[in-house]
Parts: sequence; structure tokens; C-alpha cells
Amino acid sequence: MSLAHDAPIAVRPAAGTQRPARTWPEINNPAAWIVAAVLVIMPLIANGFFLIEIFATTLILGIMALSLMFLAGYGGMVSLMQLTIAGFSAYMIAVFGVSGNANISLGWPWWLAVPMALALATAFGTLGGALAVRTEGIYTIMITLAIGAAFYYFTNQNWAIFNGHTGINTVATPHFWGVNWRADIPFYYVVLAVAALCYVAVEYLSRAPFGLALQGVRDNPRRMAALGFNVNAHRVAAYAFASFVAALAGVLQVWNYRQISPGSVSVSACIDVLIIAVVGGITRPIGPFIGALIFVLLRTFALDFLVRLGLDGNRFRLLIGLGFLAIVFWSSDGVIGLWLRWRQHQGRDVSRPGGGHRHG
Amino acid sequence: MDSVAQRLSAVGANAALELRGVTRLFGALAALTDVTITVRPGERRAVLGSNGAGKTTLFNCITGDFPPSSGTIRFFGEDVTHFPPYERIRRGLRRTYQISALFPGLTVQDNVYLACRGVSRGRFSFLRPGQNDALMHAADNLVQAVHLSAVKDQRVAELAHGQQRQLEIALALAGAPRFILFDEPAAGLSPTERQELIEILTSLPAHIGYIIIEHDMDVALRVVESVTMMHNGRVFKEGLPQEIQSDPEVQELYLGGGHE
Repeated sequence: MSLAHDAPIAVRPAAGTQRPARTWPEINNPAAWIVAAVLVIMPLIANGFFLIEIFATTLILGIMALSLMFLAGYGGMVSLMQLTIAGFSAYMIAVFGVSGNANISLGWPWWLAVPMALALATAFGTLGGALAVRTEGIYTIMITLAIGAAFYYFTNQNWAIFNGHTGINTVATPHFWGVNWRADIPFYYVVLAVAALCYVAVEYLSRAPFGLALQGVRDNPRRMAALGFNVNAHRVAAYAFASFVAALAGVLQVWNYRQISPGSVSVSACIDVLIIAVVGGITRPIGPFIGALIFVLLRTFALDFLVRLGLDGNRFRLLIGLGFLAIVFWSSDGVIGLWLRWRQHQGRDVSRPGGGHRHG
Repeated sequence: MDSVAQRLSAVGANAALELRGVTRLFGALAALTDVTITVRPGERRAVLGSNGAGKTTLFNCITGDFPPSSGTIRFFGEDVTHFPPYERIRRGLRRTYQISALFPGLTVQDNVYLACRGVSRGRFSFLRPGQNDALMHAADNLVQAVHLSAVKDQRVAELAHGQQRQLEIALALAGAPRFILFDEPAAGLSPTERQELIEILTSLPAHIGYIIIEHDMDVALRVVESVTMMHNGRVFKEGLPQEIQSDPEVQELYLGGGHE
């Protein structure tokens, strides 16, 4: 200790020593256990359509949005290229692995293609991040959007690697230990495991020195520098981590659809990831998954619903847009923020006399 | 740890901080002009001057928040003129801000923990600190030293102004500071809080020197042994507190000619 100041030790009961913020909030939350249990036994409840088209798709989109949540919620950096990184990773799986386009795909086994795709996509995202960290706020959004748009047009026009606007089809999925891992139930568990891993990693990291420092950079970059932190290095490292998470989602996505084409990396798809993260809430890692579930449910069922009302089914985006407006208008931290506020409102009447109100 | 080069440079280090001909221009405006100041290790000095005298700009040049337009800055003999701020901080320089520069979204404990982490290894660590983490204990001690133990799990946004000022000081005391720049630490404090501040400053270990910018003469002159008077971006006068206080020119300038 450098400070030889001998302050009279405040006579405090040891009440605050548990430090609840530092432990896992989920462990004491029965709702989290129920959700986890339901997700694990989902194949017993849901048919193949729900399992893959709803839940696996939700989890994959959720992982992509989680990578944005990590950057935006902890680092204050809104990156619109998270889907592009996932798409890059998906393309790399198609290019290095086995696909119907034998003249492009190198035919590597999946266990070589996956690390290659993850490494290249992480490098791609880190480079993009290194460009983006030189800017702040709206300029970060512009640069990352430009990277996303450039990649979209590049895949459209490049035939040697990306096979132009037709993309790469019938991408092979892993088969080993006698299991077809793209069959509905095994694939659901693969996706669930990766999503759980990413969720736990982000949650864990938020309380580790790296994550705390990132939140410090978000709150006050100048002070962070005056505490001995290399702010830009921290930001680039955050992009690297988020890119890896997005790249994992990209691998799952290409296995899910078994094809990848420029349509999957379009600018509007990039913006969908932003909408998912904001609707769900970017202050907590659970937010992106809630946002993704809402998005996928709307995308899947709003069509029928709108047709039944006599409207054009393709207007489901209108519903998403209205929902987005409502969320942004009433709650800056998304659905999760609305829920927390409701709970705190409930709790205040019962147990909490004063205090405990949230900002933002 | 010490490399030969470090030890060699330390031999010539009879000054903690040495500014030579430091000038800082903002466009055509000279915020600092040819400032030369030498402060011994462990020396405690006040920088006085009216608003716009260049005091905070001086601090910003020393920490590297913005580099000087010309001149050199040496920190314990080492030329740090072109170092980024974090390199200077890692060498033992610290500062506080006139307007509290904290992390409002984090708890008091986390704020101080970040300060401790910033000047040690493992800034990028992916592992959460455990029960017996040394830095966590260091943070606990610092929180206690600035009398904030009672609120250590509260978010900084919820603290009172005086508590934020105390936290501001705690952040500057993390690790092993060798020299601290205090930018108006007493701003907005109550008389009791000022007394606590004076206690904290006077009880710092003797090897830690500092420069303090302070408008409250009662605070400033009780915690320093020398004074630099600045005016219009230049060093106007240097001396002992009593000399400066009784200097008629200083009174003319600083006290606005008001003779009580």
C-alpha cells in the first residue's frame, strides 16, 4: 500500500462484504434456471420446425447481436459490421470446406475449416475495429456500415472466391461419431451449447479486468488513459473478442442454411442485428437473445397474421419497425429495461424502502 | 526490474519534474509561453493564478493529454515529452481533474480497482479477480483511506459531490505514485470536507511530491512548501508561501488589488 494514511476504520457491519455484483446474478434467479431447463429439454417439446426455424435461428442471431451488445453496451462502440464478420466466417467455411461449388471450395474437413474461418473472420473484424476505433459515435457507425456495404458489394461482384450473387450452395455439415450434426436435434444442441458458452463468456468477462476496463473506456476514455490504460488497444481487443463471437455465429449460420450468398450479408441484414440488440436491450447479455426471439417470431408469424388481416404479408418489417420505435421511445435499454423497471416497481412496494432506482 | 538505462537516467534525476521552455499554442493563442519549472522529488508546490493563467493547460501538458507545442518535459530524469499519457502514468505520475472524471456507470469499488489495475499488469486479463486478489485488497484500502467504505458498492452516479471529489483523489493514489497533480481538489467542498482533504494531503508519504492548483488559499498554503505564480501563460513568480502571500505584485494580480 502506498498510502500510509491511517483512517479510522468505519465501524460497518459486514453486510456489504458479499458484494452481490461480483457473483453470478443468475445463480440465485429461479427464472434463469427454468429458462435453462426448458431450453435443454426443448427437443422433447418442440417439433423440428420450431427447434430449428425458431429456436436455433434465434440463438444464432442472438449470438451475433450479443457480439454487438458487448461492443455497444460495455465499450460504447456501435458496430454495424458484426453480421458482416459472421458472414465472412460463413463464406470461409464454404470456401475452405466442402460445398457444391467444387471449383471454389478447397474441400478441407470441417475441423480444419472451422478454426481457419474463425481465425480469418476474427482477424477481419479486428482490422475493421482498428480502423473504427480512430473515430467516435456516429463516425464509428459510418465506418462499420461502410465496411459492411463494401463486403456486400464485393461478394456480389467477386466470382473467383465468393461466386458472385449466386453465392456458395450445398455447404457440407459435420458428420462424426456416427452422428449427423446437422440433423435437427444434434444441431439444436450444438447451437445451444455455443450460445450458452458465448453468453457465459460475456457475462464472466464483464466483471473481469478486461471487461471492467472496457466499461471504464465507455464512461470516460480520457480518464482511463490517465489511469495507465492504453485506450485504443483496449478498444481493438474488444473488437477482436466480439469478432470471434460473431464468427462463431457465422459458422452456425452457414451450417443452418447450408448455403451463403450476398443476400445474407446485405446492409439491411446488418441493420437487423442492430435492431435485435437494441430491442432486446444492450445493457445485459440476455438482451440480444430476447431481441432475437422477438425478431424471429415476428418474421415467422407476422406474415400469416398480416395476411389474415388482409394486409400484405411482406409488411412484417413494418411491425418490427413500429416495435423498434416503441422500444426506443419508452425504454433506452430495450425489453430487458422495461422488465427490470416493472420488477423494481413491484419490489419497491414490498421490500425496498427508497433507493434502487435505475438511471437510463 | 530496473534496466541499466533506467538506473543511469535515475542518477541524473535530481528533479521529479522538469519543464524546459514549454509552450502550448491553441491556434494563435498561447496558453503557455516558455514555462520552465523544476520540482524536487517529494516537493509539494502550489500553482496559483487567475482564470486563464494556463494552470490546467500546464497539467494537461505534463500528463500528455495534449503535448506541448515546444519545449521538453522530464519525469525523474526521463524525457517524456512525446509519451502518451498512459506511459507517463505507468511511470508514477498521477492527476486529478478539476471537474470529476469518474466512471459513473461503475461502483466506487470498481472505479478504484480500475485505477489499481491501470498501473499494474493484467489490464487485459480475462480472469475475474478472486477472493484474495492483491489489487482488490489495495482497492479496499484506498476506498477506506478516502472514507468511502460505506458507499463502496454504490454506483458513482449516485454519490454526493463531496464523495466524488474524494474518489477522484483515491484514483490518483492507486499503485505507487511518485508525483501527483491535483487540479482544484477542494472545488465545491464543504468546510468539513476541506479539513478532511487537508488531512489526506498532509498525511501522504513524504516521498510523494505534488503540484496543487487551488483557489482556496487556506487549503493551498497549508499543504505546500513552495508556490509558483502564473499569469497569462507565463511563470510570474516563484517562492515560499509567505513570500508569495506578502508580495505586493502578486496581491495586485491575484487578489485583484483588493487590500484588506
